[in-house]
Amino acid sequence: MNQPQPQVIKMYAAREEIYPRETDGRYARLRWLFVWLTQLAFYCTPWLQWNGRQALLFDLGARKFYIVGLVLWPQDFIYLAALLIISAYLLFLATAVAGRVWCGFACPQTVYTEIFLWIERKIEGKRSARIALDRQPASLRKFGKKSAKHLAWGAVALWTGFTFVGYFTPITQLMGEVATLTFGPWEWFWVVFYSVATYGNAGWLREQVCKYMCPYARFQSSMFDRDTLIITYDAKRGEPRGPLSKNGNGNGGSCIDCSLCVQVCPTGIDIRKGLQYECIGCAACVDACNGVMDKTGQARGLIRYSTERAMEDHLTPTAIRRRTLRPRVKIYSAVLGLIMLATAGALTLRTPLKLDVIRDRGSMGREVEDGMIENVYRLQIMNTAEQAHVYKIAVSGMPTLAQVTADQVMVEATETKGYPIRLRTAHGAGKPGSNKIDITLSAVDDPSLHVKESAVFIVPR
Amino acid sequence: MADFTNGFWDWYIVVLTLLGVFGCGVLLYSQAKVKLAKTADGQTGTTGHVWDEDLTELNTPMPRWWMWLFYITIVFALAYLFLYPGLGTYAGKLGWTSSAEYKGELKQADAEFGPLFAKYQKQDLKTVAADPQAHAIGERLFLTYCAQCHGSDARGNKGFPNLTDNDWLFGGTPDTIKETILHGRVGAMPPMGAALGGDKDVENVAHYVLTLSGSTADPIKAVFGKEKFGACLACHGAGGKGNPALGAPNLSDKIWLFGGSAETIKETITKGRTTTMPPFDDFLGEAKVHVLAAYVWSLSNSTNMNDVRQPVPAEAVAEQ
Repeated sequence: MNQPQPQVIKMYAAREEIYPRETDGRYARLRWLFVWLTQLAFYCTPWLQWNGRQALLFDLGARKFYIVGLVLWPQDFIYLAALLIISAYLLFLATAVAGRVWCGFACPQTVYTEIFLWIERKIEGKRSARIALDRQPASLRKFGKKSAKHLAWGAVALWTGFTFVGYFTPITQLMGEVATLTFGPWEWFWVVFYSVATYGNAGWLREQVCKYMCPYARFQSSMFDRDTLIITYDAKRGEPRGPLSKNGNGNGGSCIDCSLCVQVCPTGIDIRKGLQYECIGCAACVDACNGVMDKTGQARGLIRYSTERAMEDHLTPTAIRRRTLRPRVKIYSAVLGLIMLATAGALTLRTPLKLDVIRDRGSMGREVEDGMIENVYRLQIMNTAEQAHVYKIAVSGMPTLAQVTADQVMVEATETKGYPIRLRTAHGAGKPGSNKIDITLSAVDDPSLHVKESAVFIVPR
Repeated sequence: MADFTNGFWDWYIVVLTLLGVFGCGVLLYSQAKVKLAKTADGQTGTTGHVWDEDLTELNTPMPRWWMWLFYITIVFALAYLFLYPGLGTYAGKLGWTSSAEYKGELKQADAEFGPLFAKYQKQDLKTVAADPQAHAIGERLFLTYCAQCHGSDARGNKGFPNLTDNDWLFGGTPDTIKETILHGRVGAMPPMGAALGGDKDVENVAHYVLTLSGSTADPIKAVFGKEKFGACLACHGAGGKGNPALGAPNLSDKIWLFGGSAETIKETITKGRTTTMPPFDDFLGEAKVHVLAAYVWSLSNSTNMNDVRQPVPAEAVAEQ
């Protein structure tokens, strides 16, 4: 018996450079459409103005989020939670129906990689030219091409970083600071950080982000089922693969083993090995394979969007579509619709006025002239609107409850004001101990603008 | 003050922390490569780990840059522990402390708001009181630092004076108020029970005191009490008018710090009272106290800012 030879294996390996080949086709054009849509939205939105301010501005310093006509305060954090839940459910729904369409078409990592690849192709040429250039020894030409590419990448990255910060600092003001290079320390940090992140992720890391860094890649499989649309290789039709012979029949399978589907893959996998977690569902291989099928005079769809069940049971496209509306999808849609409705409802019914009632802790309740009982409260009034308002204070809930202090208070736009008030009741009007009362605040110029807060009035024993 | 009274625990933390950091490095290094025996079929595509008899783990190596990130975190940890406190009582090369950072923030705030306060500091207190912005600042300062004792409405509590009336224990001029906030006050009424004689004498004096303010009192007891009131004259003066220099309250009005019933007055005479207004000069600084004093003075002296309405009659409210 031979003693088995020990062998050293490495748990960490150097990354192998992937040179995705350019594709053209239905899905490539769809991806470019998404690149344009998302990037137009991203780069243009901060420049929109509303009421003399930036339409969309997340002012972290003042802790106020301006979204068109809406001003959100830290107390409105629930809407951010709602937004995240809606985004998550949209992702779940899209994934349950059509796999990783988000990854392949709209994810910033994909979009920016697409832009950076386009720049790379324009400067360094096609796939074969890029491979050849990288294998060349250092030369002035190589250095020139590489520098040009990195400069172009850097320019896009810088503009992206600048735009990103423009969502948090008014972008017109930021533009002025660019001219004089007088960014604040945090503006510098985030512009540089976001630029470096864009440059590094889209220029260097690319598929590494999807394969090793993205958490979504890791749990997407839990949203897949046998009826989820995935990119599949029709092995029954394709195998045995082999070159096309003169008489057009080859080995019998449709796959001519041209390896184009591997060359175009941005994550460097071979889809013919079946569904792999690295597959981001970008459909580049579908485009490439369809092109080959056209050339070899075969039917399209050797690699196509299909489902696991369809592959096994040979379902027609109509049958696949009918299976889309399965309970899982219905439940996702129902929950998503419900949350969206609730959020929209809450946003429309939202009053741009908040009130906190803080009872003075120093005294339980004091006896004043005529034997009346007095309690002191501090009203924390938050006018979250962008106009100043005069509010009228009204109290109710106990017999003979009255307010002693001025019952009208003015609060400036987006200002928080602490306002002490004193309430009185006649002796014996309430029960000893705490009595539930209500304090109502309503705008004098707009009675629909009102809030009611409950508080307690303490009658000493 | 040292965090540890015993040097042992200092080193315990140091050793434990460093062992942890270096341990991570050793673990990472030792696991980056593994030696495996070739399996019978000569395959090396797995890591050699086998579970449940036949589950094997494919060897799909992690990217190497990731391993370098791990090493960088170790270097970062060591650099951090060198620069900042983290190893026992070692203070770190940069000498960073949270209290120094707090002081820095205070300094920054002072630099930002200092000019504003400096502007008011140059002005007379009555001028400051009339300034709406200073009034708003003063109100916020009051609600933060004074409302705990004096109430949000500044009307005080038992033992804590009402600041909105015109009755002042130590005097109510703007400068006296500022003096009070800056340096604090101690009001001391000594226990007088023994000096007056017995419980009966205390009772009599209490009733006399009640008559001074025109409250209902037993006239006979008051007559006896008046004879004993001599012991109180030094501070409260003849007629009980009080003495702001000593903080002795005026007994001839109906404003009472601890309450105006015969029982409370008896308790005050028997046991005495000590009240303390803490000094705020170290804590707030003179500039802020200046604005605060103007605000407090305005509470009882400005008609336009102290917009107190008459209480609505109980019957009128009940009808609403």
